Amino acid sequence: MNVHGIQAIYRFEMARWFRTIGQSLFSPVLSTSLYFIVFGSVFGSRMVEIGGVSYGQFIIPGLVMLSILTESVSNASFGIYMPRWAGTIYELLSAPVSALEAVCGYVGAAATKSVIIGLVILATAYFFVPYTAQNWPAVLLFLVLTSVSFCLFGFVLGVLADGFEKLQIVPMLILTPLTFLGGTFYSIEMLEQPWSTIALFNPIVYLISGFRWAFFGAEAADVNIGVSLAAISGFLLICLTAVWWIFKTGYRLKN
Amino acid sequence: MQPIISIKDVSKTYKSGVQALKPLSLEIMKGEIFALLGPNGAGKTTLINMTCGIVNLSTGVIIADGNNIITEYKEARRKIGLVPQELHTDAFERVIDTVNFSRGLFGFEANPAYIEKVLRDLSLWEKRNAKIMELSGGMKRRVMIAKALSHEPKILFLDEPSAGVDVELRRDMWEMVRTLRQNGVTIILTTHYIEEAEEMADRVGVISKGELILVEEKNALMRKLGKKQLVLELAAPISEVPGGLNGYQVELADEGRRIIYSFDTQANDTGIPAFLRKLSEIGVDYKDLHTEQSSLEDIFVSLVHSK
Repeated sequence: MNVHGIQAIYRFEMARWFRTIGQSLFSPVLSTSLYFIVFGSVFGSRMVEIGGVSYGQFIIPGLVMLSILTESVSNASFGIYMPRWAGTIYELLSAPVSALEAVCGYVGAAATKSVIIGLVILATAYFFVPYTAQNWPAVLLFLVLTSVSFCLFGFVLGVLADGFEKLQIVPMLILTPLTFLGGTFYSIEMLEQPWSTIALFNPIVYLISGFRWAFFGAEAADVNIGVSLAAISGFLLICLTAVWWIFKTGYRLKN
Repeated sequence: MQPIISIKDVSKTYKSGVQALKPLSLEIMKGEIFALLGPNGAGKTTLINMTCGIVNLSTGVIIADGNNIITEYKEARRKIGLVPQELHTDAFERVIDTVNFSRGLFGFEANPAYIEKVLRDLSLWEKRNAKIMELSGGMKRRVMIAKALSHEPKILFLDEPSAGVDVELRRDMWEMVRTLRQNGVTIILTTHYIEEAEEMADRVGVISKGELILVEEKNALMRKLGKKQLVLELAAPISEVPGGLNGYQVELADEGRRIIYSFDTQANDTGIPAFLRKLSEIGVDYKDLHTEQSSLEDIFVSLVHSK
């Protein structure tokens, strides 16, 4: 195992993040804070409780998830796309680094950033909407699982993308709408048929529901916690397989 | 001498169907400086990139210091350093960080003293805290070399190391390459500057259109293919080669103001005294004369053109 190699990639990626800390940390925290101010503090007091929790508290898991998903995909895709674009990928390809080691470095760093962002947003949210989580280990588990899965997904996108604009398409045009429609601001039980059934085809519903379960219990969740865990684990498996295949074949990395 | 790199029946055909390299075999000896010459698109970089793991092999096997570069890629790659042709750098990184990164990436634990030595040898120590984007092209090239040397490789590939660098840096680099060789590093370089190969290489390989045309010890190649010329500055220009010089390999140059006589460097008798006597006999006067020896560049051009 090339531990020094993993450490080198991890440190390099974290240094890149810290160089642009304003954009990479404060920007998602600020935009999420604005949601909490408007929907949590201002509107929240006039809304009815959902699943036994105040509206302000209800939206916390979904808003954290929104940031985690988009930041994970952006960070990880940019992390591997930049060396491809700049040509510095030659060094990774000529180094004694296995696929697993490269993924540990790149995805590990991207996931670390996502978890930090998630925790900072959770801490920020507390100032606007005080809350307690019924199961902190489950909160952390969902945070880490989601971060790792979507960082892997972002890594795959970064390998497939052939332009900067394509890196933005998935977070902006797919993940953000799916997260908004996946129960960030409402419970899908509030939807009328057929929309409440159609919403179940949105994979993000299972992530937000699981995360919400970790905070507020089964009453606030849209689907069973077991289904949520199976969904995120399945997605993780698919992404792992895709990354393994990319390195095995050198697809888009090597000629 | 033992081969440190053994390339056997290696070829490369890209998915587009373009055959960049026809099957070739080559052995690089331990501790030598091997120059790979060839025109643009000949396949030099493809061969280097295949050895370093950047391009997949279509056929064949490459062994680097006893390790198969595919099945034992970790062991093989730890011993290889590569300075690529293009200046691929992370613009926002500091020099010292990027060099330390390279050392770690190749599986070596940090060694500040060694990295300092590498940076000092390359006159980069003063610039260690500068961002790479602030450096000139020549300094960036030095950074690329420092990165390649950061993990103390036994084999160093220099792909067009002098491209875009000034004369002073080129001289510095040659000096560095010689020092590395003295320390036991095997060096394989590709170059467009034949002068570079002539100055440094022990052996020369010529690639043209994906084919390895020849591999030869440099001095032997120059002896074998090099020709010498006797150039005479004539007292008065002539319009054609005088009939009396039939049988000599002679041509006119500079609008009839020069006669150039070519002779074989290998022959015991160059024929010069007889040629000069013949000129006097037929009444051709000359005011000056000198001899010229063909350079590796001339040899290279004639080899590539004859293919």
